[in-house]
Amino acid sequence: MLIGVLAMQGAFREHRLALEACGATCREIRKPAHLEGLDGLVIPGGESTTIGKLLHDYELFVPIREMGKDGLPIFGTCAGLVMLARDIEGSNQPRLGLMDICVIRNAFGRQVHSFEADLSIPALGEAPFPGVFIRAPYINKAGEGVEVLAVFQDHIVMARQQNLLVTAFHPELTGDQRVHRYFLHTVAGLPA
Amino acid sequence: MAETGTWKVKTGLAEMLKGGVIMDVTTPEQAKIAEEAGACAVMALERVPADIRAAGGVARMADPTVILRIMDAVTIPVMAKARIGHFVEAQILEELGVDYIDESEVLTPADEDYHIDKHQFKVPFVCGARNLGEALRRIGEGAAMIRTKGEPGTGNIVEAVRHMRMVMGEIRRLSSMSKDELMTAAKNMAAPYELVVEVARTGRLPVVNFAAGGVATPADAALMMQLGSDGIFVGSGIFKSRDPVARAKAIVAATTHYNDPKVLAEVSKDLGEAMPGLEIATIAPEQRMQERGW
Repeated sequence: MLIGVLAMQGAFREHRLALEACGATCREIRKPAHLEGLDGLVIPGGESTTIGKLLHDYELFVPIREMGKDGLPIFGTCAGLVMLARDIEGSNQPRLGLMDICVIRNAFGRQVHSFEADLSIPALGEAPFPGVFIRAPYINKAGEGVEVLAVFQDHIVMARQQNLLVTAFHPELTGDQRVHRYFLHTVAGLPA
Repeated sequence: MAETGTWKVKTGLAEMLKGGVIMDVTTPEQAKIAEEAGACAVMALERVPADIRAAGGVARMADPTVILRIMDAVTIPVMAKARIGHFVEAQILEELGVDYIDESEVLTPADEDYHIDKHQFKVPFVCGARNLGEALRRIGEGAAMIRTKGEPGTGNIVEAVRHMRMVMGEIRRLSSMSKDELMTAAKNMAAPYELVVEVARTGRLPVVNFAAGGVATPADAALMMQLGSDGIFVGSGIFKSRDPVARAKAIVAATTHYNDPKVLAEVSKDLGEAMPGLEIATIAPEQRMQERGW
C-alpha cells in the first residue's frame, strides 16, 4: 500500500514514520506527478493558510480535490482537518472543502493554551488515546453524513465521512499508531 | 484533564513549522505580506537585524503595541525576541500571548552569565547555537527549538553554514561513539550527559533545528535545507531587498522544493536586488552578534 504524505510544510516526517511503522510505503507529495498510484493521502498539521496557498502555487489543489471526490482515502490532522472542511468560520482561505463540516481555527486559543489530554475514542478500543492539541481547531457543526468519533469538552475533535478522516489533534506526535491503523484498514480498507 | 505548557506541545509547535519559512516583520502590513507569501510564522520586531546593527546602542524587546498589532493582523503564529537572560521581557511576552519567544543574540544581552530558565514558562522558546554543545545547553535549559546563530543582518550565509555543518558533523561523530566515550564527549562539549546519550542513540537533535542569520536568497534557503535544516528564518533578507513580495514567495518555494534544482532555477529569476551584504571579516569580533551568549 502506497500512502502519500503532503510535504508542503508541517509534520510530514512524523506521519511518514507512523505510517511506515504500520507497514505502509510512503511518498512525500510536492508536485502533481507524485500523486500517481496512491492508495491514500495524509494532509499533516502545519499552517493551513500556508499549505492552502502552496497547494495552489504548485498545482496540487485541483487534482487532490478531484481524487478526494472520486473516493481517495484522505486523512487530515489539525491544518489538514481545516483544509478538508467545507466551512471555516470567519475565513475565506483556500480549502479543499470535501467534508461536510464547519471548523473554527485556533479554537482552543494561542500556543500558551495548547494542551495534552486523554481522549475516549470508542472506535479505537477502550484505552484512552493521548491527544496532543497544538493551536488546534475543532468542528462546531457536522452534516448528517459525518460520523463523530471523538468529542472533547463538548467539541468534535475527530470525525469521518466515508473516505475522509480528520483529527484536531496530532496522533503522529505520540507513538500511538491506532489512528493511523484505523485510517489504513478501516477508512482506506487496505489489508493488514 | 487538559495540561498546558508540556514539553510535547512546546516541541510540537516547532514540528508544525518544519519545512517552512519564518519571516522578520516590523509592521502589520509586512506581517500580512509575509502570510500572503506563505510564511509559516512571523517574528515581530521593531527593527530588523540589519537596522539594529546599523543603529548600534542597546537593542531591547519590541514595544508590546507593535507585537499586539502584528498578532491582530495575521492568523499564523507570532514569535517575538527577548534579550539573552532577560526573563522579565520573557514574562511580558508570555503575558501578551506570543506563540514562541526567541531568546536572541540579535538583541543586546541582559545577562552575560546566565540564559533564561525556560522550563519556568508555558510559552516555548527558540535559541541560537553555533555548535552541538551550545544547542544541548539551551535544550537543557528548556529551549524547545534550536536555530543556527549565523551572523544576523549581514545577508552573508557563511556563518549559518559553518554552524549547521558544525552541529550536523558533531551529531555524526557522536553517533559513531561507543557508550564509554560519551561522558568524555559530554565533558568536552560542556553539554548535559543525558542529552548527549540521546543524540548518540537517535542520530538527531531532540528538537527541531532551523537555519538563521544571513539567508538572503532562495539558493541560500535551499543550501541550508540540503545541509540538514528543518526550516528557515529570514531576518533582514526579505524586507531589506528590492522586491519583498517576490523574494518572500521565492524563498518559501525554495524551502519546500530545496532538492529540486529545476524549481530553484525558476524561482531565482527576476527577484531584483538582494539586501546589501556584509563581509564578516569587516565586522570587529566584539561587534559579532554570534559571540553573544555561550
